[in-house]
Amino acid sequence: MPKSVLIISRQSPWSGPGAREALDIVLAGGAFDLPIGLLFLDDGVLQLAAGQNAKALQQKDLSANLQALPMFGVEELFYCAESANARGLGKRSLDEAEPLSAEHITALIDRYDQVITL
Amino acid sequence: MKFAIALFSAAHAPSSRRALLFAQAALAGGHQIVRLFFYQDGVFNASDAVVTPQDELDLPKQWRAFISEKQLDGVVCIAAALRRGVLNEEEARRYQRNAASVSAPWELSGLGQLHDAVQDADRLICFGGA
Repeated sequence: MPKSVLIISRQSPWSGPGAREALDIVLAGGAFDLPIGLLFLDDGVLQLAAGQNAKALQQKDLSANLQALPMFGVEELFYCAESANARGLGKRSLDEAEPLSAEHITALIDRYDQVITL
Repeated sequence: MKFAIALFSAAHAPSSRRALLFAQAALAGGHQIVRLFFYQDGVFNASDAVVTPQDELDLPKQWRAFISEKQLDGVVCIAAALRRGVLNEEEARRYQRNAASVSAPWELSGLGQLHDAVQDADRLICFGGA
């Protein structure tokens, strides 16, 4: 049985390469067929905001990569409900992501063998 | 116990010093380090181009000595390193840059090496994450 890995992504999408580099770990794990989970926490939930305009920042759009996660075999997708509420996150992309309360996040982290927070 | 250690912060960050101290303590305690993986700004720890003031701890130098002496597997993520201008001779040639700053014992490789180490280790210990 391969060890399961939870990636906790805490960086906003346009504050630097952090969000993309967290996602790259997830995608690499998916490519190796490993049991990978992804939790968006704190500013990381902003990666889920719908209608981002990456071009205006001369950046590459991250949300297209996020949409592709289920295709890469990454289906355990979560976001912190409190983080989303605190930031007024309205319309979201990535419908597959499940909102979790703080209590459920504790249980989620407990369920995985290894955790990487970026 | 078998540890995998991942470092995400630059050489001047306190968490990078903690990572080295942890790695040294792990070996001193009879544990094994399956791999040291340097990602995000952690790639700067592998750069020979970092010049530390004389009265400060030269962390890149200490990492190099530690990895060489203990014959550890020190892997630098190639994508993170290229993005930050941390190249070895091979990559400098490939991208026609006159700026190689990484050499043995460091190795540039992909994120698969992180997952591989995580699978192999009993514990993954991360330093300098968000």
